[in-house]
Amino acid sequence: MARQDPRKDVVIVGLGWTGAIMGMEMCEEGLEVLALERGPDRETVPNFRYPEVADELRFGVRFDFMQRARQSTLTIRHNTNQTALPYRRFGSFLLGDGVGGAGIHWNGVHWRPMAEELRLRSYVEETFGANIIPEDMQLQDWGVTYEEMEPFLYRFEQVAGIAGVAGNLNGEIQPGGNPFEAPRANPFPMPPLPTTLSNRMFAEAAQAAGYHPFIKAAANASQAYVNPYGMQLGPCNFCGFCERYGCLNYSKSSPQTCILDALKRKPNFQYRTGAEVLRVELAEDGETATGVTYFDETAQEEVFQPADIVILAAYQMHNVHLMLLSGIGQPYDPATGEGVTGRNYSYQMMGSTAAYFRDIDFNPFVGAGANGIAIDDFAINQIDFAAEGFIGGSYISNSQTNGQPIRSLSLPEGTKTWGAEWKRGIGEWYGRSMGVGTHGSNMAYRDTYMDLDPTYTDRHGRPLLRLTFDWKPNEIAMTQFMRQRIEPLVESMNPTSWTSSYREDGASYDTTSYQTTHNVGGTVMGNDPATSALNRYLQSWDVHNVFVMGAGAFPQNLQYNPTGMVGGLTYWSADAIRRDYLPNPRPLV
Amino acid sequence: MKNILIPTRRAFLQAGAAGVAASGFQPLWAQEPVVPLDQYQPEFLSGAEWSFIMAATARLIPSDGDGPGAIEARVPVFIDRDLAGPFGQAADWYMEGPHEPGANPDFGYQTPLTPAEIYRGGIARFDEWCVAEYGAAFADLSTESQDAALNALETDAERAEEALGPAAGEGEQATNETAASPAGQGGQGGAGGNENGAQTQTTVRIMPDELRDFFALLVQNTKEGYFSDPKYGGNHQMASWVYIGFPGARASFLEWVDKDNIPYPLGPVSINGERA
Ligand SMILES: Cc1cc2nc3c(=O)[nH]c(=O)nc-3n(C[C@H](O)[C@H](O)[C@H](O)COP(=O)(O)OP(=O)(O)OC[C@H]3O[C@@H](n4cnc5c(N)ncnc54)[C@H](O)[C@@H]3O)c2cc1C
Ligand code: SF4
Repeated sequence: MARQDPRKDVVIVGLGWTGAIMGMEMCEEGLEVLALERGPDRETVPNFRYPEVADELRFGVRFDFMQRARQSTLTIRHNTNQTALPYRRFGSFLLGDGVGGAGIHWNGVHWRPMAEELRLRSYVEETFGANIIPEDMQLQDWGVTYEEMEPFLYRFEQVAGIAGVAGNLNGEIQPGGNPFEAPRANPFPMPPLPTTLSNRMFAEAAQAAGYHPFIKAAANASQAYVNPYGMQLGPCNFCGFCERYGCLNYSKSSPQTCILDALKRKPNFQYRTGAEVLRVELAEDGETATGVTYFDETAQEEVFQPADIVILAAYQMHNVHLMLLSGIGQPYDPATGEGVTGRNYSYQMMGSTAAYFRDIDFNPFVGAGANGIAIDDFAINQIDFAAEGFIGGSYISNSQTNGQPIRSLSLPEGTKTWGAEWKRGIGEWYGRSMGVGTHGSNMAYRDTYMDLDPTYTDRHGRPLLRLTFDWKPNEIAMTQFMRQRIEPLVESMNPTSWTSSYREDGASYDTTSYQTTHNVGGTVMGNDPATSALNRYLQSWDVHNVFVMGAGAFPQNLQYNPTGMVGGLTYWSADAIRRDYLPNPRPLV
Repeated sequence: MKNILIPTRRAFLQAGAAGVAASGFQPLWAQEPVVPLDQYQPEFLSGAEWSFIMAATARLIPSDGDGPGAIEARVPVFIDRDLAGPFGQAADWYMEGPHEPGANPDFGYQTPLTPAEIYRGGIARFDEWCVAEYGAAFADLSTESQDAALNALETDAERAEEALGPAAGEGEQATNETAASPAGQGGQGGAGGNENGAQTQTTVRIMPDELRDFFALLVQNTKEGYFSDPKYGGNHQMASWVYIGFPGARASFLEWVDKDNIPYPLGPVSINGERA
């Protein structure tokens, strides 16, 4: 028999970005809040302390801050005809684990979505006609508009302390910013980060080509800052150990630097580590949840934790998994197109060109996770989809994040990967390259989805999550379009040589090489319960006291890094809970 | 801006690895005295396996030319310790069956074997093949034959992928998170071409599917031992970092962001505080 613990008003599953924000918001209502985090506790000191954290092998290559596949993983296949195989050794995406979640070891590249992206189906139909939408593409509106989201996007930017230049302030285009972004009501809380030589070379080339370069917005502080919770950040020192590492310098925005100390001071907040939630328990009528059951790592036993509200904040994949295991929402079936839980998985289409300069020393180790220059001239609202034959867009950028030699040493095309030639190559070319890349959207399709695996199980005996995903012609066309814009830009910088890597016709999804941890969909939000698992407030349509955070809510992927929107949506949902749900708990739509 | 007291990496290229101590790279305090490689007692590798690792890493990163080779960097010590530890046991990886070791390489590591078991089986199998093909175990071959044998092993690993149709990621390197750093090369061990055509025309593969990751692991671990912090047993005296110009664990560069095209003047530091 499971142990039963005293009831809480709110139980939060997972203490990463979304769990920490929700914890704060619910505590401010005076509710008794318990967060359950499966991984260990983590604080800047001792866990991210210099010099131990500057260890490429341990953190950059062996992923010591991250989820271990042995503890929890999923299976993957390209299509419904294949047998899915376990993601045994992490590669393509790297999931967070422990207090802070992936929020400790992200880069901090920050974006807001475009207004058009949040109503993409309507935008495409109105502008180009429904007939350009491929038959198997399940394009959807989000059920919220950019105008509604704006104050909540800003709230996250204030809490995270984002450094950047506004491009559009209340409809007025601003010098130095992204002229194609949707209007902001306020400037960024901090000025942008300084730029490296590679950044400036790209900016000049882009300017000369008639594009509109700007410094990327960063969740890496550019100066001393105090956020609305009284948490303090100091200026980033370009340590070059950012992505995959915790910040040694209190500069990278994370749950630790922006929220947790303030949250831990709240008397009505508690959290437990080593507490992996196994399922959400439902009342007999299936319309409400009674709490969650978790595995207590210390006591080595299952515990039932009763609660009035259950907030899933366990990251996209784990939220989908928990929904499926708990029977929340009808599981999606690609054969019939019915069901919602697991529907519309999508990812991020990446590509890049590396350029080598014999006479330039870029000092690549002088890097910050979110450093860089971008252009948004080929964004979703700038492309004629009917003329180009695809739906989507991308930002194009240069960034200098690190010079770590095991994972980031890039050599000219054709150089042998070992032996005398390789050794000569690393001496000649280390630090002499820079890159320009595309970070593009990915639509969701009838057969890109998540369900439960029939064969493989985890250490608790639960079926693993199963992901079915592959690249589609629409995204290949999009990334090839970007390639045609990037290569001339790179050539205009006169490199000694350059080499491109973009997916081409027939490319399949390779799970072994890192792409992004921007996994989205599966708990999609929307206004139609037939095509979304959550309503516009991230509330389960079926079980009204379950709210589900994270990028699972995205009906298809943005062309941008997700966390700006993930944070904004968390504040948006919290606001609905505080204003509307608590006084009268019920389905809000 | 050049600090003439501190040798740049270009100057170091001329000095060469053997000259580390003689050319002024004095560690701040001496690293622990190290056991010469021929007296090192391996924790995991057997005598024959140790000989193989010594010989193979010496070809993967040879000693001649500028910069240290795998031997001067003590890469074999790194590999031995790594295989004796959690990495060798696949401690972090999901290892439950059923296994499909011959699966499409898009799905990555699918063998039931741990890295330690792959080295054990892979070295034995490769030595057997070397005896059949060249008349002696790998460690006893001439360096020319060793290079030819490694090329054949690399081609064999590529063929294991091609046998399954279009390999994933063909023609693409890892495109990383921020989209614009130069594509990483780590872990792409099997990506090079077979340059001297050493592969015999036989269709029999050298490695069975269970061992198909052997070559990629060997190359990857060799580079890890070469470039990782010296506390892991390789990268002796940080000589690989000095060679390429990576400052190691310094991790503080704000004042260098706008120093365009000026080589960084300070040599590397390690996590334990050594300097080179
Ligand atoms: C290497 C890397 C780089 C990234 N870079 C960027 C970037 O530059 N820009 C950007 O916008 N985004 C980036 N991201 C993505 C960003 O980190 C995520 O969007 C963000 O952290 C998501 O927040 P979350 O709260 O949904 O999940 P997380 O922050 O991952 O938190 C989820 C937490 O839930 C816990 N958990 C999971 N399952 C359970 C369970 N069953 N019981 C209890 N606890 C559980 C996990 O251990 C984890 O701590 C990056 C991610 C990675 C990995
Ligand atoms: S690059 Fe800056 S923000 Fe990132 S870890 Fe280093 S100091 Fe922190």
